[in-house]
Amino acid sequence: MVKINGELLDKDGKTVAEMLADMDISGQRVAVEINEEIVPKAQYGETVLRDGDKVEVVRFVGGG
Amino acid sequence: MIPSKEEMYAALEERHGAELQRKLSAAKVAVCGLGGLGSNIAIALARAGVGKLHIIDFDRVDISNLNRQQYFPEQLGQLKADALYDTLKRIAPYCEIVREQVKLDEDNIPKLLADDDIIAEAFDKADQKAMLVNCVLEKMPQKYLVSGSGMAGISPSNMITTKRIMKRFYLCGDGVSDVDDGMGLVASRVLICAGHQAHAVIRIIAGEYDI
Repeated sequence: MVKINGELLDKDGKTVAEMLADMDISGQRVAVEINEEIVPKAQYGETVLRDGDKVEVVRFVGGG
Repeated sequence: MIPSKEEMYAALEERHGAELQRKLSAAKVAVCGLGGLGSNIAIALARAGVGKLHIIDFDRVDISNLNRQQYFPEQLGQLKADALYDTLKRIAPYCEIVREQVKLDEDNIPKLLADDDIIAEAFDKADQKAMLVNCVLEKMPQKYLVSGSGMAGISPSNMITTKRIMKRFYLCGDGVSDVDDGMGLVASRVLICAGHQAHAVIRIIAGEYDI
């Protein structure tokens, strides 16, 4: 199981790109970190989530 | 006649204490985007006696900005970096302020922000916020970064919080109130988010990293 934004989800083995697609999130408006490390945008397609990972997906919204 | 540099410093020191004021005066902070968030963040930091401010925006003051951004009707059409520079210099005449009219992107960020200790992200567009945050976290991991996301509309003040997402990455806002959903931006709520960001910066400068 992978903890994503505090919620345990069955995403083991999925890539970050697949996780974002499952969450219906555009990769243009997010920052993703796994276990306190930023995931470079260029590596979303090849970074695989593993059992026990803690993932934070920050979705940015407009306004400032 | 305005007070001397020494008189201004003594007044700050009296209010903040010598140790905190020494840290504030030595701090170098970049404010990226000088709209509702950035203009208010920069003013708070200038008033607090931050030693060096690096203010960056490519845009000009528009009448639609006046409901929440710290500009005056007579400044319409001026570069925001110039207009805010003038205001900041009136507030804190001895603050070192570097202004820049430039659109930040992945290529110029590492060079332009190289000299700043703490970076306040204060853009308005979601994709630009994400671009700056990703770029700084990927390429400049030694920087502290304070971002703002979610302050549109008139939802309750207390939805707006400061979160520490990573060791050096703080995120302020309610995370959900999107200007693209048709909610306008209101002075009071934008100011609350700007206050969260400015205060996160000041706590980092003070060496207080908890939220």
